[in-house]
Amino acid sequence: MKMKLLALTLLWCSATLLAQDYFPENEGVKSKNNNYTAFTNAKIYVTPTQVVEQGTLLIQNGKVVQVGSSVTLPKNTVTIDLKGKTIYPSFIDIYSDFGVSKPKKAEGSRRSPQYNPTREGFYWNDHIMPEKNAINAFKYDEKKAKELRNAGFGVVNSHIQDGIARGTGILIALNGKGDDSQRVLDDRSGQYFSFTKSIASRQSYPTSLMGAMALVRQMYTDADWYAKGNVDTKDRSLEALNANKGLVQIFAAGDKGNIVRADGIGDANGIQYTILGGGDEYETIADIKNTNARLIIPLNFPDAFDVSDPNQAMYVALEDMRHWNQAPANPKILAENGVTFSFTLNGLKSPSKLMDNLRKAITYGLPKTKALEALTTVPAQIMGRSDKIGSLQQGHLANFLITSGDIFAKGTTLYENWVQGTKNVITDLDLIDIRGEYDLKSAGETFALSISGKAEKPKIKVTKDTVTYSSKMTFKDEWLLLSFSKDDQLYRLSTLVKDSSIPLTGSLSLPNGKEAPFTITRNKPFAEKDKEKVAVGTPEIVPVTFPNIGYGYSEIPKPENILFRNATVWTSEEAGILENTDVLVKDGKIVKIGKGLNAGRAKVIDATDKHLTAGIIDEHSHLAALAINEAGQNSSAEVKMEDVVDPEDIDIYRNLAGGVTSLQLLHGSANPIGGRSALLKLKWGESAQNMIYDNSPKFIKFALGENVKQSNWQSFSRFPQTRMGVEQVFMNYFQRAKEYEVKKKSGKPYRHDEEMETLVEILNGERFISCHSYVQSEINMLMKVAEKFNFKVNTFTHILEGYKVADKMAEHGVGASTFSDWWAYKYEVKDAIPYNAAIMQNQGLTVAINSDDAEMSRRLNQEAAKTIKYGGVSELEAWKMVTINPAKLLHIDERVGSIKEGKDADLVLWSDNPLSVYAKAEKTLIEGATYFDLEKDKLQRESISVERNKLIGMMLKEKESGAKTQAPRNTKKEKFHCDSL
Amino acid sequence: MKNTMKNPIYGFVLALVTFFMGTAQQTPAPKQQEAISIDGVTAHLGNGKVIENALIMFEDGKLTFVGNAMTKIARRGTVIKGKGRHVYPGFIAPNKSLGLVEVDAVRATSDQDEIGEMIPHVRSLIAYNAESQVVESMRPNGILIGQITPQGGRISGTSSIVQFDAWNWEDAAVKVDDGIHLNWPNTFRKGRWWMGEPRGYQPNKKYAEQLKEVETFLQHAAAYNKSGSTQLNPAFAAMKGLYDGSQKLYIKADGEKEIIDGITMAKENGIEQVVLVGGYHAFKVTDFLKKHNIPVLVQRTHSLPTFDDEDYDLPYKLPKLLTDAGLLVGLQNGDAANFQTRNLPFYAGQVVAQGMDKEQALQLITGNNAQILGMQDSYGTLEVGKSATLFIADGDALDMKGNQITKAFIDGRDISLETHQTELWKRYKGKYGPK
Repeated sequence: MKMKLLALTLLWCSATLLAQDYFPENEGVKSKNNNYTAFTNAKIYVTPTQVVEQGTLLIQNGKVVQVGSSVTLPKNTVTIDLKGKTIYPSFIDIYSDFGVSKPKKAEGSRRSPQYNPTREGFYWNDHIMPEKNAINAFKYDEKKAKELRNAGFGVVNSHIQDGIARGTGILIALNGKGDDSQRVLDDRSGQYFSFTKSIASRQSYPTSLMGAMALVRQMYTDADWYAKGNVDTKDRSLEALNANKGLVQIFAAGDKGNIVRADGIGDANGIQYTILGGGDEYETIADIKNTNARLIIPLNFPDAFDVSDPNQAMYVALEDMRHWNQAPANPKILAENGVTFSFTLNGLKSPSKLMDNLRKAITYGLPKTKALEALTTVPAQIMGRSDKIGSLQQGHLANFLITSGDIFAKGTTLYENWVQGTKNVITDLDLIDIRGEYDLKSAGETFALSISGKAEKPKIKVTKDTVTYSSKMTFKDEWLLLSFSKDDQLYRLSTLVKDSSIPLTGSLSLPNGKEAPFTITRNKPFAEKDKEKVAVGTPEIVPVTFPNIGYGYSEIPKPENILFRNATVWTSEEAGILENTDVLVKDGKIVKIGKGLNAGRAKVIDATDKHLTAGIIDEHSHLAALAINEAGQNSSAEVKMEDVVDPEDIDIYRNLAGGVTSLQLLHGSANPIGGRSALLKLKWGESAQNMIYDNSPKFIKFALGENVKQSNWQSFSRFPQTRMGVEQVFMNYFQRAKEYEVKKKSGKPYRHDEEMETLVEILNGERFISCHSYVQSEINMLMKVAEKFNFKVNTFTHILEGYKVADKMAEHGVGASTFSDWWAYKYEVKDAIPYNAAIMQNQGLTVAINSDDAEMSRRLNQEAAKTIKYGGVSELEAWKMVTINPAKLLHIDERVGSIKEGKDADLVLWSDNPLSVYAKAEKTLIEGATYFDLEKDKLQRESISVERNKLIGMMLKEKESGAKTQAPRNTKKEKFHCDSL
Repeated sequence: MKNTMKNPIYGFVLALVTFFMGTAQQTPAPKQQEAISIDGVTAHLGNGKVIENALIMFEDGKLTFVGNAMTKIARRGTVIKGKGRHVYPGFIAPNKSLGLVEVDAVRATSDQDEIGEMIPHVRSLIAYNAESQVVESMRPNGILIGQITPQGGRISGTSSIVQFDAWNWEDAAVKVDDGIHLNWPNTFRKGRWWMGEPRGYQPNKKYAEQLKEVETFLQHAAAYNKSGSTQLNPAFAAMKGLYDGSQKLYIKADGEKEIIDGITMAKENGIEQVVLVGGYHAFKVTDFLKKHNIPVLVQRTHSLPTFDDEDYDLPYKLPKLLTDAGLLVGLQNGDAANFQTRNLPFYAGQVVAQGMDKEQALQLITGNNAQILGMQDSYGTLEVGKSATLFIADGDALDMKGNQITKAFIDGRDISLETHQTELWKRYKGKYGPK
C-alpha cells in the first residue's frame, strides 16, 4: 500500500512538474524543474544523415536545447555518460489507431438491405463521416503506449479507421508520465479516407470498390457545391470536409492497385494524398512512382507457407509463393525508385515484430539511412511537423532512443526511449553483462560456470568434469545469487558484481553446512552466435513478371512486323474466306492482304493449312474485374468499370489462348441502370490503364427482369419488385436527366451529378446502352421508353426472347448479343431457344454471341458454331457473330473485328476451321504483339513448375530453420457473372 | 405450411410452375413395328471402330446387322439411305439430375437434393419427370440415355438409369437403382467469406473426422447387411447391393489424396465395384487406379482449371491423359446445369483437339460410359444383339457445326426430335414468314 501511494505521488509530482503555469496548485507549493539533462559521449543521429560522433545532447523541459560535439553545459545540468552508446530520434507511426477504438459493428438482420442513411443533418451516405474527430474518441492507453515505446516509437498519428471519409486524426506523444495537455501534439492532424465502408452502418451503398470511388468523387463535387452556398440545409459532413481541406490528406488504399485509384481521384480534385500501401508496390513500381504520392508502407511480410505436404502445397499459387519471396525487397525497390515513404506498424500483429522485419528489409537491400528516415524524418514531413518531431535538432521534442549501437543490427539493445524528456527504461542501461565462461574455485574443487542467454536474462550451466549440476541463478541489482546441487549435495553463494572481468570472491556454503572462500574467474566473455551467417549476402529473389503471377511474361510483348504466309483467311468482311492468302502486319496494323506478298523485313510465319481470323470479341464479359455490381442503389450510372479493371486475372491469359482479344467488361445486372463499361484489349502484362481502349466509345449496362427485381434472393424492400416498376425507374431517371440538362444549359448554377451527366450522355446519343434482357415484354418496353426520349437502345445483351420481337428490334435499330444455347436456369429463360441468334439474324439484326462467363468466353468460336446447328446460319455469318458483329455493337468496328487493311492487327492463327471443336488457337496477336503462343505457353508451363519447385524448396528450408509458417491456402479470386454481388 | 400457402409470392410461383409443367413434351414413340435398315452410312460403333459405307439393321428394338454395306444381305423393312451420313450409338449421360429439376432458380421445381448427409435409401427414379422439357432437349443432340442421380450431402442417394422417351418414370427405367453416390470429403474447403474468412481455399481441419464418419457408416452398413437384422434401418439396408456386387459405388473425388483415401476405404470395406467421379487430379495416380481397376467418369472438359498455375487446357486433355495411361474413361457433367448436358458430345470433341483419336473420343460418351454404368450388354455400342438405341446425323456429331441429327431411335422406336424449343422456333419463323 505504501509503495503504491509512493508511486502515485511520484506520478503526480512529475505531472505537476509539467503542468501549465496557470493551473492552481492545492496539494503543495508550486515548484518548477528547469534543470538540464545532458547525454554525453554518445553517437548521435540528429537526423538519419546528420551524425555526431562523441556528441552531447542537451535537453530541458522536454525539448532539445542543443546537440553537437561541443556543447557547453549549464551549471544546473544532470549529466548522463553514454560512452559507446548511440542516440536516435524516436520513431513515428503516422497510420495508427492508438487510443481510438473502432466503432461497434452495426447489428442487422439478414433481410432486405438498408438503402437510407441512419443519420440526420449529415451527408446522405453514412460512410462519409468527415465530421468525425479522433480527438473526441481519444483515450490514452498506457499499456499500448508502452508496447509502442518498447518498439522504439515516440509519437503516433491516430485516427478512427472506419468508413470512407473518416474525419480528422490526432498526433500523440507516447508520454506515459504526462497528460493529454502534453501528449496531444495536434488534435486535427489530417483528414483520412479509404474505399472501405463503415462497419457501424448498414447503409447498403456502396457495395463495391467502384461504388466507393464514385461516392468519393461525388462527395468532393457536393462539397464544392455546398461551399459555394448553394445548399440551404445544413450538412455537417460537407462542412467538415471543407473545413479540413487545408490539412494533410491521407488515403488508406491498402494495395498497389488502390494506390493508383486513390491518386487518380486526388488528381481530379487537386489533392495529393499521402497513401497507405500494402507492401506489393514493387510489382508495379513504375505506376506507383508516377503517382508522385508519398506512401505509408507496412512491413507485414508474409510468412512462408508450410508446403511440407505436396498435396497441400498444390493449393498455393505461384503468385503467393512469389510474394513471400519478393515482398521483403519492397522497401528497397521503393527507395531505389525514389519514392518517398514512411513505415507503419499497421498490418503487423505486434509492434515487437517491427525490428525483425526491418532487418529483413535491410538484408534485402534497403539502405539503413532510408529505413531510419522512413521511421523519423519522413513521417514528420508528411504530417508537416518537421519542426517538432522526427529529428533531434534544437527546439524539437526530446524524443529519442538510447541503444547499444546500430539500431538495425541484430543483438543491439534498446535501453531507453525518452518521450518529451521523460525517461522510459526498456533495458537497464547500467546492466552488467555477466555472460561468459568462468571457473569457480573453492575448497579444492573447480566448477565450470557457463553463463549465456540474453544479457538481461542470463542462464547458467554448472558442470564439474562430466557431471552437470542442477542450478539456479538470479542476477539482479548487481547481485549474483547462485545455488547448484547434485544428489542432495547443495552449494550456495552470493556476490556483488561490478565488472565481471575482474575475479569475484566471497564464501561458498558447502553441502556439509560449512563455508569456504571462493573465486570466480572469467576465462572467456560471451560471444553471440551469429545465426544469420547461414544466409550470406542478399537472399535470392525470383524475378517479377508482368503480371506478377504464373504465366506472366518477363517482358511485355512488343509489336512485330509479321507476314502470315499462305493462310486460309477469314476476313469477316464481304471478301469472305480467302484461301492461300498472305497477311502482312506492320507497326501493329494490318497493312496488306494478298497472295505472294513481299515480306520485306517482317518475320514470316508459315500458315499453310492454318486459318487466320480477326481476334474474337466478347460483347459481355465479367473477367478482369475486381467487382461487378454496385448493388447499393437501383441506379448506379455513376460507377465505372474502368475503375476496377484487374489486369492480373489469369482468365485474361486463358481467353487469349481461346483467341479472344477484346471484350466489354460490363457492370452486373443488379440494377435497372447499371454502371459504365470498360472496353478492353487483353494485353496480358500491361496495366489496367493500358488495356482500356484509347478514345473508348462510351457504354453503360442496363438490366431488366428477375435480377433487377431481386426475384431470386431474399430482398423485398427495393423498388422495383416488378417489371412494371422497372419501367417507372427508367421513365423517372430519364425525365430527371432531361430536366437536369435544361438547367445545366440555362447557365444557372446547377449541382454536378455524375449519375445525371451519364444519363444525359445517353439522351444525346453519346453513350450507348447494353441492356441485359430476357423476355419480350420488357424488351419492347425499353425500346418504347427510349423512343419517348428520342434515343436508341444500342444493344440488348442476352436477349433470349429477342426472337419473339426481332421485327420490333429491327425497326428500333437495336443490335443483339446473345447466348448460344443457355436456358432453364431461371423462370424468365424458360422460352429461351438456341435458334434465337438465327432468327434475329434473319430479321436483319446485328447479332453477336456472348459469354458472360470466363469458361465459355475462351471458346466463343465453338459457341458461334452452334448457330450453324441451331437455325442453319452459314459459317461465314456464324464467324461474324464473334468478330465484326460485336465490334459493330461496340462501335469499334473501324479498328477491330475483321481482317482489313488499316485495322489493328488483332489476329488469331488457328490449327483448323475456327468454328470447329477441333480447332486450337496457336497464336493470338493484339496490335501486332503476340500475347499468346502455343510454343511460348509450353515454355511457361515448364518454367512455372521449375519455379514452384524452387520456391517450395526455399520455403521448406525456411521452415527447417524454425521460422514461422502459415497454412497453405489459395487466394483465388471469385469468378464473376452478371448476378455476382 | 399454412402460412407459406398464404404468401402471395408462393402462390404466384406455384401458378407459373403449373403452367410451365402443363406444356407437355413430345408424345413417346410406339414400339418398333417393322424392321429398319440404314444403308451406306458411316457407322461409328462406339467401341473405337468405324465402318465406312456400313449397313445397320434392327428389328424389335435390337440390332440384327452391323457390317459393311457391300455384304450381300437383304435389306429388311424401311430402308433409310445413309450415304454421306453418320450413325452413332445413343450418347449416355452419367451422374445427372435431369428430370429432377426443371428451372434451377425455381425451388418448387427442384427434387434433386434431399435433407440428410447419409441417405442412400433416397431414390431418384420415382421423382424423375419423364415429361421434362429439359430432358426432351437432350435428344436432338444425340443424348438418349441418362443416369439420374441425386445431388448433395455425403451419400446423396441411389441413382437409376433411364432412356429419354417415355410416358412415365416406370417406362423410362432401364436399370433401376444402379448405383450409390458418395461425395468424398475434401482436404481443403472454400473460405466462408460471409463469416469474414478470406475467399479461396483453406485446409479443411475436419477432413479426418469426416472420413471417419464415412468409414463408420460403411462398417455399420456392412455389419447390418450380414446379420439380416429384423429392425429396419433404411440407410444401411439400401447399401446392400454394394456388398454383394449388384450395385456400384460412385465416389466423387478430385484431389490426389481424396482419390486414394476414398478408393482405399471403399475397397477395405468390401465394396467391389467402385467408380471414380470427377477425378480432376486422377492423372497423378493412374498407377493406383489401374491397380484397383477403377474407371473414371471425368468432369466435363469445358471447365476452367482449378488452379491458376495449371495448364490452360488441363480440363480439355484430362480424358486423354487417363486413357493414355490405360484407364477406362467416361465423361459426365455432374457439376453443370442440367440443360448443359446436351453439350456432352462437344465435351468429347474437345479432347480430339488435344490429340485424342475421334473414335476414341466417341467412346468416352458411348461404349465406355455404358461399361462404367454396367449396361454394356445392351447399350453403348452398335453391335448385333444390343438395343437399337442410335441416331443418324448429317455430319460429325462431336462437332457443333456437324451435330445435325435427323433421326433417333431408342430401343428401335423412332422418337420425335421436336422439343419445346423447336416448336417455338417454328412458330416464330412462321410469324416472320419466309425470308
